[in-house]
Amino acid sequence: MTQLDTLQASTPQKKKLHPRVKALLRPGFLLGFFILSSSILLAVFPWAFAPYDPNAFDFNAIQKSPSWAHPFGTDNLGRDTLSRVIWAYQVDMQIAFFATFFAMVIGVVVGSLVAYHGGIADVLFGRLVDVTITFPFLVLVIAVVAVLGPGLTNMYVAVTLVQWVYYARLTRAEIMTQMTSDYASAGRVMGYSSTRIIFRHLLPNATTPLITYWMTDMALAILLGSSLGYLGLGAQPPQAEWGVLIAEGRNFITTAWWMSLMPGIAIVVTGLGFSLVGDSLADVLRPRGAS
Amino acid sequence: MTYEAPVLEVEDLHLHFPLKRTLFDAIQRKEKRIVKALNGVSLEVKRGETLGIVGESGCGKSTLARCLARLYEADKGTIRYDGQEVAAKDAGALREYNRKVQMMFQDPYSSLNPRMTVRQVLTEALRVHNMRPPEQINDRIAELLDLVRLPQDAADKLPHEFSGGQRQRIAIARALSVEPEVLVADELVSALDVSVQAQVVNLLLELQDKLDLTILFVAHDLRLVRHVSHRVAVIYLGTIVEIGDSEQLFNAPKHPYSKALLAAAPSLDPDKRHTRPSISGELPSPLNVPKGCAFHARCPHASGRCQSETPRLRALDELGNVACHHAEALLSA
Repeated sequence: MTQLDTLQASTPQKKKLHPRVKALLRPGFLLGFFILSSSILLAVFPWAFAPYDPNAFDFNAIQKSPSWAHPFGTDNLGRDTLSRVIWAYQVDMQIAFFATFFAMVIGVVVGSLVAYHGGIADVLFGRLVDVTITFPFLVLVIAVVAVLGPGLTNMYVAVTLVQWVYYARLTRAEIMTQMTSDYASAGRVMGYSSTRIIFRHLLPNATTPLITYWMTDMALAILLGSSLGYLGLGAQPPQAEWGVLIAEGRNFITTAWWMSLMPGIAIVVTGLGFSLVGDSLADVLRPRGAS
Repeated sequence: MTYEAPVLEVEDLHLHFPLKRTLFDAIQRKEKRIVKALNGVSLEVKRGETLGIVGESGCGKSTLARCLARLYEADKGTIRYDGQEVAAKDAGALREYNRKVQMMFQDPYSSLNPRMTVRQVLTEALRVHNMRPPEQINDRIAELLDLVRLPQDAADKLPHEFSGGQRQRIAIARALSVEPEVLVADELVSALDVSVQAQVVNLLLELQDKLDLTILFVAHDLRLVRHVSHRVAVIYLGTIVEIGDSEQLFNAPKHPYSKALLAAAPSLDPDKRHTRPSISGELPSPLNVPKGCAFHARCPHASGRCQSETPRLRALDELGNVACHHAEALLSA
């Protein structure tokens, strides 16, 4: 009797997992999700995790190599590298978002409109794309920052000015593909407005590659923000930012390698998190039954 | 036969699509290439009838259907609804026209938005056209599902959960939601299995009776067209070559092309098996439509006149019109 009870209780319940949930249980997504959520935590509550004040000098601990007291070592002014890397999350996650979000919004709107309406606007847009992608991305951004002056806000403006074109190009291609489907024609026969057809019918079916691209782009934005910080065009010292930290460490690379290496690892890990999540989201967001 | 005012009149509809000319072509002074999809189509659709539209692929059937649903704007010619010309500029009138003239598409897999449930699709249609006050929308959706014989729980499913035939019925429900008077069915069942075809077509005919619909049935399956249509129009290279009573046309086609087209359809009778093609040559490209009668190059009865003079659609008897210079001679022969 008791045996039977336990047998019944232990019979595995054949509960079928929704395929979308299944896609989310893959190790790639789980790792990416863990990295991203901890990055966000570190960005929002740096004071809770950083063992020291990131800007406090300690002249008794200059260029100390990694130890229990300073796991990432200290820099040339005795500041704790771990604390500085943690405080830098705030800046770099902000860069990941602001350097991509406005570009995406503008790009999606412009790309959808030129794809749907075509005509002269589409031709002009095509030429603009050609001109923009002819320039190396970083060179163009540096040129804009040089005009506007260094600093984070100007960097966001510069990146948005250049990057929206890439989002618009991607959106345009996706919308054009969707427009060949009969449901777009059906919307027109139903007498729907072009705004409704674009934003309620076509765009929701074009989001999958956009979100994936956005995730990858956030990783690249962190890299770009760090590059500009390194070159002195983005975040300004003493603000802790990974690129700035690497730049500060470069003079001491032979004696205090941890000063540059640790923020470098932070960049790699965070970028990896974005990419892993982006990849898995692409599978999850794809509408089922659609090829 | 009493004369009824036609619900839809099409007069001399022309639609040409210019092909893109590359810079290289322009330098070489190549002529601009134009796909002549419709070359002067005129027809009348009477209220409550089913008009079948048949022809080979590439002859302009679908273009005509899309023109009638206002997906394409004709270059020349007029479309009148209830005697009123539909002006291209008047957005409000166009919307009202589109409410009255709905279209259903061939591909059941792309004609529904993959991210919208049936309820969302129907709600949107009912709301945008203010067909029902918001509190009655769900009742109306239940009614529409009943009308196309879908179970009530279909409302909250996404398109990928349905079969091809079910999806076409959802498309019919969507078209009916705005209470149209004319339905344009562009190859509605061509993508379906034969058994499902019959289901969907019979549902359409039943709905026609119940709701007093006028149907334009565009298809390439001649037996199906014969089954559903009161009248049939045969299209060749963007012009109507023959239009008339369905039985009459199928039993005794008058235009040489109609004859050839009907003869080409496979027969189920093994004694009537034919191996010789009933028509020679290929359908000319709509890029260069032959002068005169478009069919003269393939027609066994063509004369010099056919090469120079375009035949007009003219009444031969009370049941049908033919566009052929030699129609009378062929009739007595």
